[in-house]
Amino acid sequence: MNFGKQFKEGLITNNPVLVQVLGMCSTMAITTSFMNGLGMGISVLIILTASNVVISAIRKIVPDKIRIAMFIVVIAGFVTCVDLALQAFVPAVAESLGVFIPLIVVNCIILGRAESFSYKNGVLASAVDGVCQGIGYTAVLMVMSIVREFLGAGTFGAGLLGAEAKGIRILPSQFPVGMLTLPVGGFLVLGVLIAAMQWALNRPKKKKEESK
Amino acid sequence: MELFASLVTISLGAILSNNFIFSQFLGICPFLGVSKKVDTAVGMGVAVTFVMGLASAITWLVNTFILVKFNLMYMQTVAFILVIAALVQFIEMFLQKAMPTLYTALGIYLPLITTNCAVLGVALLNVQNSYNFIESVVYGITGGIGFLLAIVLFASIREKLVFAEYPKSFDGFPIALVTAGLMALAFMGFSGLQLPL
Repeated sequence: MNFGKQFKEGLITNNPVLVQVLGMCSTMAITTSFMNGLGMGISVLIILTASNVVISAIRKIVPDKIRIAMFIVVIAGFVTCVDLALQAFVPAVAESLGVFIPLIVVNCIILGRAESFSYKNGVLASAVDGVCQGIGYTAVLMVMSIVREFLGAGTFGAGLLGAEAKGIRILPSQFPVGMLTLPVGGFLVLGVLIAAMQWALNRPKKKKEESK
Repeated sequence: MELFASLVTISLGAILSNNFIFSQFLGICPFLGVSKKVDTAVGMGVAVTFVMGLASAITWLVNTFILVKFNLMYMQTVAFILVIAALVQFIEMFLQKAMPTLYTALGIYLPLITTNCAVLGVALLNVQNSYNFIESVVYGITGGIGFLLAIVLFASIREKLVFAEYPKSFDGFPIALVTAGLMALAFMGFSGLQLPL
């Protein structure tokens, strides 16, 4: 296992959101501002890494038949920890993410990685996989939230930067299309992003075929 | 009468204006995964409605009589997901014995309901909105009906999408997402819906 390859897989060629198309609910629901995207991304990163490590460590003593239930219990435990930590230390983020923090339990990315990677690989490789996939997920959330916040509200970093934490205004307030911060924008922006990813991933193959 | 009015408001909200798919983003995975054909979409929608109603009832009881009573509210997420997983398992076993035809028709979708975030979402939202027992059950069932409506409409559009022409990069999920986005736009029209009370 080499770190560079796993990192590239997590970020680009096997990106959890854009290529595996997992964990769509949270991706679309919370990317209305940069702050939310960052908070959610980091929460998932931590939970994914922790649950990958634990599941990989106990993989030999868990009977095959009850492994899914086992995974869910482990994941739910970590989600509860992160949920409580967020409420204690950054209540504003916890409030704006709302029900989507406990819903990380049923985020398919985490269960998917548990089943397809950490149940079959060693502790260290699983930890690295968790970090890489988490970074891939966070990166997509950041891109989506920056695009949606920029086009939908015309600001950058609302809740984090600028006067009264309202964000730095980039577009004058009459230009933004408010629709993009609504659910509609989530579907459209993610659709276009995945399309862009498919285009980018298919391009080099075509070149090679032509050169042959 | 007051209860009735609040139930109607909850139902209209859950089915139309606050649709689980189009405005709350819950249950997107099965929505995109199981919507290639109308028949399977209907099966999935009905199964989800059933589980959501039952899960709302049971999680409400668990929450009120166990978690709140013993001051264990921080165990909500863990308790709810376990209840839902067990419930889905029981339904699966029951259907296998009692209604084998329905069981085969639902196939793989039944166990997948455990990880449908609409089910856990409805349980958590019931607590968050502090609904009473009847309100919770109605919210669960109507939320499921909203899901059914959304997935059936979406599947029928997707069946026609085969004949549409679009850039090749949009093949598969992207075009489905764009379609869903346009449907969400249409559902936004319901957002002003209110009972004249």
